[in-house]
Amino acid sequence: MMKENQMIYVNNLRKDFKSYSSRSGLKGAFRDLFTRNYKILSAVDGISFNVKPGEMVGYIGENGAGKSTSIKMLTGILTPTSGEVIVNGMNPHKEREEFVRTIGVVFGQRSQLWWDIAVQESFRLLKKVYRVSDEDYASHMEHVIDTLDIAPLLDKPVRKLSLGQRMRCELAAALIHNPPLLFLDEPTIGLDVLVKNKIRTFLKEINERYNTTILLTTHDLQDIEALCERVVMLDQGKVIYDGSINDLRARWMEGKEIHFQFKREVEKDELTKLSNGITVDWQPGKRKDLWIGHVEDNDEVISDIIARVVNELKIIDVNIKSITTEEIVRNIYEEGAVRE
Amino acid sequence: MMLAYRTNYYTGIIIYSINIGAYYFLWTAIYGGKSDIEGLSVIQMVTYIAVAWMARAFYFNNIDREIAQEIKEGKVAVEMIRPYSYLGMKTMQGLGEGLFRLFFFSVPGMFIVSLIFPLSFAANLSTWLFFGLSIIFSFIINTQINLITGVLTFFFFNNDGLIRAKRVIIDLFSGLLLPISFYPIWAQDVMAFFPFQAISYIPSMIFTNGFQGNALYDAIMFQLMWSVLLLIPIFVLWRVAKKRLVVQGG
Repeated sequence: MMKENQMIYVNNLRKDFKSYSSRSGLKGAFRDLFTRNYKILSAVDGISFNVKPGEMVGYIGENGAGKSTSIKMLTGILTPTSGEVIVNGMNPHKEREEFVRTIGVVFGQRSQLWWDIAVQESFRLLKKVYRVSDEDYASHMEHVIDTLDIAPLLDKPVRKLSLGQRMRCELAAALIHNPPLLFLDEPTIGLDVLVKNKIRTFLKEINERYNTTILLTTHDLQDIEALCERVVMLDQGKVIYDGSINDLRARWMEGKEIHFQFKREVEKDELTKLSNGITVDWQPGKRKDLWIGHVEDNDEVISDIIARVVNELKIIDVNIKSITTEEIVRNIYEEGAVRE
Repeated sequence: MMLAYRTNYYTGIIIYSINIGAYYFLWTAIYGGKSDIEGLSVIQMVTYIAVAWMARAFYFNNIDREIAQEIKEGKVAVEMIRPYSYLGMKTMQGLGEGLFRLFFFSVPGMFIVSLIFPLSFAANLSTWLFFGLSIIFSFIINTQINLITGVLTFFFFNNDGLIRAKRVIIDLFSGLLLPISFYPIWAQDVMAFFPFQAISYIPSMIFTNGFQGNALYDAIMFQLMWSVLLLIPIFVLWRVAKKRLVVQGG
């Protein structure tokens, strides 16, 4: 694959950390003063992937899977132990000062605005730092401020903003220099549904309007479903899936779930006897009267099962559900690999 | 940033005046009836102390503590995504704070103090110029030492002890509390090998006309030499530190 045409080119990237462990007890503490035990841990263990200009990619993984570490290498904060990174045609940590002019970064858990001063002062400072001209600032930021609806917040100090208000300002701050590439590290963490939606709509619009490439890490898979066509999934420092979110769903979407709520407590034997001849995987629900049947996605089979059950047992409620992306991802983590 | 809290500003001025006032009473008590100690009269001594504190307002900064804090909290990650040199930015921040304190804390403070206590200010323009040059070097050297202490956090992760030790050493060996000429000869010889007296002793002595002729040029050269020499450990440490950077807390 051509490196030049990619927005992000990552090849066999790794980052090792020394992890010290302390010995136990007072004697151990004294020994630790002289020699310490350590292990080398690979937070990122040889990952490779590419992102094309204008793509929106979801970057997901459990806590400690290596997402943040790899984002920090992509943004030039951390120096890789080995491997190749080329972002926007530059080597992030070698040409850091020039490189960071071409990216915007939002860390959901850290503020990059100045705590004590008004939001617009922070914006003005950043405008100077990134050397944005007055015309560019006016034409671009007016739209950003409008869409994110932060005009009333501009004269308030950051410490007086709520989390949702602050997050919207952080996003605007990351976009002051209108970068072609945006890194978002858990931008919707701790936000309510309304703010989340606002941010999603805004990101979509930015992507369409300026063809901004967006790399998004999140634990909220709805963010990914709303925004990204492609996901890169990490587990224990390795890429375990890289492809479209639809493929991921299709691969796992082998069946449907039928949720039954019965009038009385039901034993598994009764259900298996009823469904004799059809392949159903009966899973107990939270209570004794709740059962979930996993079946293949076939309307005849589903109707048949429901007919048989309803004939024999009194029910209160029936629900047919497709498996959600969340469940798929949870299954993948549990199995530690993606089914081929 | 410092004007964001008004009370902070007013108490700042008062604290400066009280500080200098306290030293005035301390030294007049020490001098008792004596007209001079080690060649300094009581008025020269009090002026020395007052000028040392005024200069301190300019060269003093907390960037070592701030760097350490930012590394500990992982905030350094946010600084690294900005298109500027981290240490350069910290230095300029220190300079801004220093200038602010000089003009808004110590000049009003000095004005109040000079109304209350007898101080002898130099009338000579060249003394003021050399003093000005000298406190610029004081700022550079003190900031360089702070940068070194701060960057060492990359290696120790928690260096509160080091920062505290550094502060005591500078207060003691820079001549802020006591002119270097008051120390025993052997101690003066040892201190000649360290940059600390370039921070406070040299500008204060220049201001009180304690240095004349060649001694004045030697003193400025001493400052110049150290401000160049200290660049070396900063560059070396920063290069190594960037490789070792671990962003703590996610």
